[in-house]
Amino acid sequence: MKYLCLAYGNQEKMASLSKEEFTALVERCKPMDEELRRSGHLLSVESLEWATTAVRSRNGKVVVTDGPFVETKEQVGGLFVIEARDLNEAIRIASLHPAAHLGEDLGWGIEIRPIADGCHQ
Amino acid sequence: MTEDALRARIEALYQRDGPVVRAALIRLLGDFDLAEEALHDAFAAALQTWPAAGIPERPRAWLVSAGRFQAVETLRRRARFDAALAELAERIAADARPEDPDEDAIEDDRLRLIFTCCHPLLPPEASMALTLREVCGLTTEAIARAFLATAPTIAQRIVRAKAKLKEARVPFEVPGRSEMAARLDAVLRVVYLLFNEGYAAASGTHLTRADLCREAIRLGRLLVELLDEPEAQGLLGLMLLHDARRAARVAADGRPVLLADQDRSLWNRTQIEEGAAWTERALRSRRFGPYTLQAAIAAVHAEAEAAAATDWAQIVGLYDVLLRVEPSPVVELNRAVAVGMRDGPAAGLALVEAILATGRLADYVPAHAARADLCERAGRLEEARAAFAQALRLAKSEPERRFFAERLARLGPG
Repeated sequence: MKYLCLAYGNQEKMASLSKEEFTALVERCKPMDEELRRSGHLLSVESLEWATTAVRSRNGKVVVTDGPFVETKEQVGGLFVIEARDLNEAIRIASLHPAAHLGEDLGWGIEIRPIADGCHQ
Repeated sequence: MTEDALRARIEALYQRDGPVVRAALIRLLGDFDLAEEALHDAFAAALQTWPAAGIPERPRAWLVSAGRFQAVETLRRRARFDAALAELAERIAADARPEDPDEDAIEDDRLRLIFTCCHPLLPPEASMALTLREVCGLTTEAIARAFLATAPTIAQRIVRAKAKLKEARVPFEVPGRSEMAARLDAVLRVVYLLFNEGYAAASGTHLTRADLCREAIRLGRLLVELLDEPEAQGLLGLMLLHDARRAARVAADGRPVLLADQDRSLWNRTQIEEGAAWTERALRSRRFGPYTLQAAIAAVHAEAEAAAATDWAQIVGLYDVLLRVEPSPVVELNRAVAVGMRDGPAAGLALVEAILATGRLADYVPAHAARADLCERAGRLEEARAAFAQALRLAKSEPERRFFAERLARLGPG
């Protein structure tokens, strides 16, 4: 099965890091990223910029506004797709991602969603 | 061999031996998640090296060794961001013996794993989910379907169970003699619960539930294969005998069919013979317990060619022994019903009323159903109506309600 993993982070807290702190964080993430890539389960992985744009329908017209689509402190800052035998294996693999380790102070965490196979039920 | 043929061989090996290799790795590495990863890495290594080197003589042992090697490499790499792993890596590397793990030890690893998954530390529902995933190789999603639960619920149950075992440092081993009886009890209870979970709702609309019965029987077979314990044989006998009646238990419209009304030509005779053989073997040991006794009762029913030919005297006798071994109001009730068949409804009714008078089975549907049936047979129709109405009020499933409503209607207005 394929699973979409959304890494949520807190933009404000990330913005409050000094340059040195940010560089140190990136350095700490590198070996974890490497492990995730090495796992043989990863289909794709991306980091996202924070700037967001929302497109939706209003009075029958498509309108464009500043995002995010849903107002919350935590926003999606990264995403990856994995192929796993089942949900528990997906949890184990997602646990390799930095967002699972560095979460406590910076509000990072991962949401795992199975990718619907064929039709929606 | 072409590359495609080799891939197919490796895939078949994964299907057949994956659970065994996984169990061996869990013992060697002492960690479920690390073992799962090592299993994956071992098969990846096989895909890489076997095309050139050929399939090793003992592929399972090769996979276990490769998995252990890969796990040590993984832990050494991860020590870069989790220092605690360095020590673990070196401990596993030091444990590694130069010779290949032998085949018998690998076979026994499945047994060790069952004892770990069914450790008394874990609640039964956690043991059931963990056993199905780690021993039987079912996916979280399949387990969730069988238990009519969501996949995230089952996934969390499994994650918590693993964490609990790790925290308590539960060793991966078959318990020693002093602990054996209590630990085996816990294992048999989990297997029996699994079976009942599948058996209780085995109607046509819940086909996936039948998988639970199949897995429980497979676990039962594994236990008798690896362990010479009469109660494990008795439990296997009990499950086979009950499961043999599957096709006759439920009518086309989903209503339960009572044992007495079942079409016995639908019973699986081969399975009844096998179940009876395991039961007899357990009985001969003279070290049997409640599972074997229940199996013996099921065997007496199974051997009767028609309901009227049932040897009720023998069934009452077996219930007497069962009551001494494991006293319970439900067993008392079943014995009372058997007495009602042996000595007539008045005798059975007196016993059922005495049990109900204690208040212990006040909300137990079968108790009211038994009372209703005995009253009807004894010609006490007014009381039969009241008891069927009570069973109807307490019934939890729709087919059950329909069944009691029909019995009530058949009695006519009072």
